[in-house]
Amino acid sequence: MAESGKIDPMHQFAIEPMFGTDHWALGGYNIAFTNSALWMVISAIALWAFVTMGMKRQLVPGRWQMAVEFFTGFIDNLMLSSAGEAGKKYVPYVFSLFMFILMANLLGLLPIGIFGLHPFTFTSHFTITGVLAILSFSIVLIVGFVKHKLHFFSLFVPHGTPLPMIPFIFVIELVSFMVRPFSLGLRLFVAMTAGHVLLKVLAGFVINSTNAGAGFGIFVGVPSFALMVAISALEMLVACIQAYVFALLTSLYINDAENLH
Amino acid sequence: MDAEAAKLIGAGLAAIGAGMAALGVGNVFGSFLESALRNPSAADGQQGRLFIGFAAAELLGLLAFVVSMILIFVA
Repeated sequence: MAESGKIDPMHQFAIEPMFGTDHWALGGYNIAFTNSALWMVISAIALWAFVTMGMKRQLVPGRWQMAVEFFTGFIDNLMLSSAGEAGKKYVPYVFSLFMFILMANLLGLLPIGIFGLHPFTFTSHFTITGVLAILSFSIVLIVGFVKHKLHFFSLFVPHGTPLPMIPFIFVIELVSFMVRPFSLGLRLFVAMTAGHVLLKVLAGFVINSTNAGAGFGIFVGVPSFALMVAISALEMLVACIQAYVFALLTSLYINDAENLH
Repeated sequence: MDAEAAKLIGAGLAAIGAGMAALGVGNVFGSFLESALRNPSAADGQQGRLFIGFAAAELLGLLAFVVSMILIFVA
């Protein structure tokens, strides 16, 4: 069902145990080391290597140090502009979050399929983006309630709300607050999934039309391939934008917790 | 109608939502550019808001995509 020829666009998201760890279990739950976990480790190592190589603290920074300083300065600015001075202490968290998602998205786009390896975009799974979103959301809840105690609920009643409207506004604001982790996780997961499915469907067009004959190959395969190249460039843009949007929304939610309205 | 056919038609109809989101995202960036070119010095300060609007508009298109994927692969 929903396949183009023999090409199944959803197969790339299949999670498979690797290195013979299929039957590892902890308390009755399977904890096999999957391709998803492998790519998480690879992203973390890539991120660690990227930052470590820029930490030489030269007075005149080299290219690598400039790159790292660009990203740290970028997140620093983001937190300062959206959460003010109180946002400074969240820079390490938001920086890790942003870079981890960015690495994951970009590494998942690597064209290493030509070497027989299969890049796996783990941000295309709601389990992972959902956990990242819950992480951000729980920071907001914990900071909000520790810092403002029950006064935190004033977040749901904007200033100047007429008294008869307060019950309605409260419910609406509460619902919009509670769906934040879902919308945060869902956005990243769906954007990555959609892009990868699109690329695979177009790849299916190229292969199937070429198999169907030279005429089909020229009039369907070649335009599809050109479109794939363009979409790949778009996907790289989307990978960066989605990581930025995740960090941006996290910083806004942290602002809510730190400064209320 | 066959249930399988109805599912696929529903998935196709859900794709309309993706096109609607295209209008929304285009509107966000179009309006931003329109006003950014009038006052370029104020444009950089509004980039955060631009992406918030983009994220909100895009989410609804992505939801349409989720609906069609659920209809094809899950339902």
